[in-house]
Amino acid sequence: MQNALQTGPGPGGAPSPKRAAWLSVVPGLGQLYNRRYIKGSILLLLALSLAASLGAWTVQGLQGLVTLGEDPNVDDSRTLLTEGILALLLGLALLAAYGLNIRDAWRDAVRRREGERIPSMRQAFHDSYDKGFPYFVVVPSFILLAMVVIFPLLFMVALAFTNYSLYNSPPAKLLDWVGWANFKELFVNPLWTQSLLSVLSWTVFWTLVATTLQIALAMLLAVLVNDSRIRFKKAIRTVLILPWAVPSFMTVLVFAAMFNDTFGAINTQLLAPFGVQIPWLTDAGWARTAIILIQVWLGFPYVFTLFTGVLQSISKDWYEAADVDGGSRWQKFRFITLPHVLFATAPLLIMQYSFNFNNFNIIFLFNKGGPPVPGQSAGATDILISWVYNLTFTDNNYKMAAAISIIMGVVVAAFALYQFRRTRSFREEGY
Amino acid sequence: MGRTLRSRLEVSGIYLIVLVLFAVILYPLLWAVSISLNPGSTLFSAKLIPDNLTLDHYRWLFADPLSEYGLWYKNTLIVASFNALISVSLVSMLAFVFSRFRFAGRKHGIYTFLLLQMFPVLMGMVAIYLLLNLVNLLDTFAGLILIYSIGGLPMNVFLVKGYLDTIPRDLDESATMDGAGHLTVFFRILMPLARPILAVVALFTFMAPFMDFLTPRIILRSPEKYTLALGLYNFINDKFSNNFTIFAAGTILIAVPIATVFLLLQRFLISGLADGATKG
Repeated sequence: MQNALQTGPGPGGAPSPKRAAWLSVVPGLGQLYNRRYIKGSILLLLALSLAASLGAWTVQGLQGLVTLGEDPNVDDSRTLLTEGILALLLGLALLAAYGLNIRDAWRDAVRRREGERIPSMRQAFHDSYDKGFPYFVVVPSFILLAMVVIFPLLFMVALAFTNYSLYNSPPAKLLDWVGWANFKELFVNPLWTQSLLSVLSWTVFWTLVATTLQIALAMLLAVLVNDSRIRFKKAIRTVLILPWAVPSFMTVLVFAAMFNDTFGAINTQLLAPFGVQIPWLTDAGWARTAIILIQVWLGFPYVFTLFTGVLQSISKDWYEAADVDGGSRWQKFRFITLPHVLFATAPLLIMQYSFNFNNFNIIFLFNKGGPPVPGQSAGATDILISWVYNLTFTDNNYKMAAAISIIMGVVVAAFALYQFRRTRSFREEGY
Repeated sequence: MGRTLRSRLEVSGIYLIVLVLFAVILYPLLWAVSISLNPGSTLFSAKLIPDNLTLDHYRWLFADPLSEYGLWYKNTLIVASFNALISVSLVSMLAFVFSRFRFAGRKHGIYTFLLLQMFPVLMGMVAIYLLLNLVNLLDTFAGLILIYSIGGLPMNVFLVKGYLDTIPRDLDESATMDGAGHLTVFFRILMPLARPILAVVALFTFMAPFMDFLTPRIILRSPEKYTLALGLYNFINDKFSNNFTIFAAGTILIAVPIATVFLLLQRFLISGLADGATKG
């Protein structure tokens, strides 16, 4: 109280934060009450123009999101859904800004009551540049990110709760919200359950085996080539990186041709002398073997590069100390090299697993998920993401594709967050 | 004596393993090269060592009026350059802010990036299609560049932020003491030091449009806007074996420059990835 008297807040006595906050229910008024006239009027104008221009659109959008359209001749449910989700995002952003506005009025009033001077316009600009700099950079990027990445994910989530499929698709028909029906279908209808189970188990198997083999081969080679007795290291490494340097789009298609049952080079050139012909593309087991081998070929150079970098940075002292203690070569590898390398590259190795979990390109380009499996809507080498792709773009079964995507997303996110939190980089940040 | 013999055996063993791997790595690549030099257009008649080598397929790509290869190359270069430019500017600014500033929402921002990079852009393709349709960016390069540069943002920000974290803060703090503004610190001090990792980001984002056929397949409709990967993919999609020799020639002309740049920047890649990402 004494402070307030000293600075003389004006005829109204001590400014009340409560009143300032209440006044800024209409954005700007609270700031005007705080005698920040310019800021207040800017906010007021901004709020009025936003309300006038976007208010109706937002409300309409939200309405459309609830009803998904009433007359199939006028309304396109997809547009309504798109606009509805955008309106939802916009509404949330506006709400957040609104909350910030109220908090700002409250804080200014508290500051004034405690006798702080209100900064001049120039000072305010300077302060906001200084403190607000991160936001000037982050906010626009997040808006773009919200549009390009977050919005599509929300859209997908929304689709999973509608009845959008080939037989019920806009613009001819309207979509409806169907609750959890699609998920129920997925877990109750034996056709779907069987497909889901077999695809899921192959996806997990594929991810674990292909990635682990990749890492193991990379580790072996990195250690061998790093041996001090080996010469031409640079040349060797250059050749070993080649599969990474050549676009995988190209190599997978080349492999698809090489593994072709009838005219591929593997059968006609490599295996012909032994009189063996392997049905690489038509037999489920062989197709899976081939695709894992190809992924190891494609993926080991990246991990090899990482490991080589780390190996070169391990101090020689460690090994000398081990020599003094009479450590065997295996012990040196097991207790010095391996922990060092894995510790330093853990987050990137985890990313390799999640990359392969979603490795659409190789599956699609090699055999389009084939060969087909009877009684199942997915092929033998289909992983979740390529199955989703086929359901979406070939079968136009959007609702089921969306439901499966959600299951996929949950698996990926849970696994990744769990792993990342355990790794060093997060502890260092103090999370 | 026994020891040197053992050592020699070991070394030969290592060389043997390396040689086997060389064969495994080079065989498919050389096979593709030899296919592209085979006369005729089908795989059926192709041989590993063709009877008479021919550059016809390469000539066809550029000279034949039916071929749109040059156009695809130009399109891809446009998309790739803009993607690299926009990505590097956005990524470096964002990484700078997340690495050097402490502000409300920073932690959540990092978490958001971390989580979002796990979701493949492919999952939202239907929505992206509808969204671009809504804002009239379907079938435009701008739409494609937007999806590429923003879609890759989370992962790249993470990579660069990790690298910037390893640069001592004293450097920019002392500059701030001397009166340097945020932008001066950013452009004059951090960017020059972060060059290796920015080179990595530029290279990755530049190469992405050369290799990705899926995103353009969904966004681009008119054949005169096709990128290389999409054009070549469509080229063999229908009749796989029939156009394969030309396809091989076309892809080799993409692979050679990319692989060359890649191998030249090898050192950058190794140090950039090992220093930055592992600590990210």
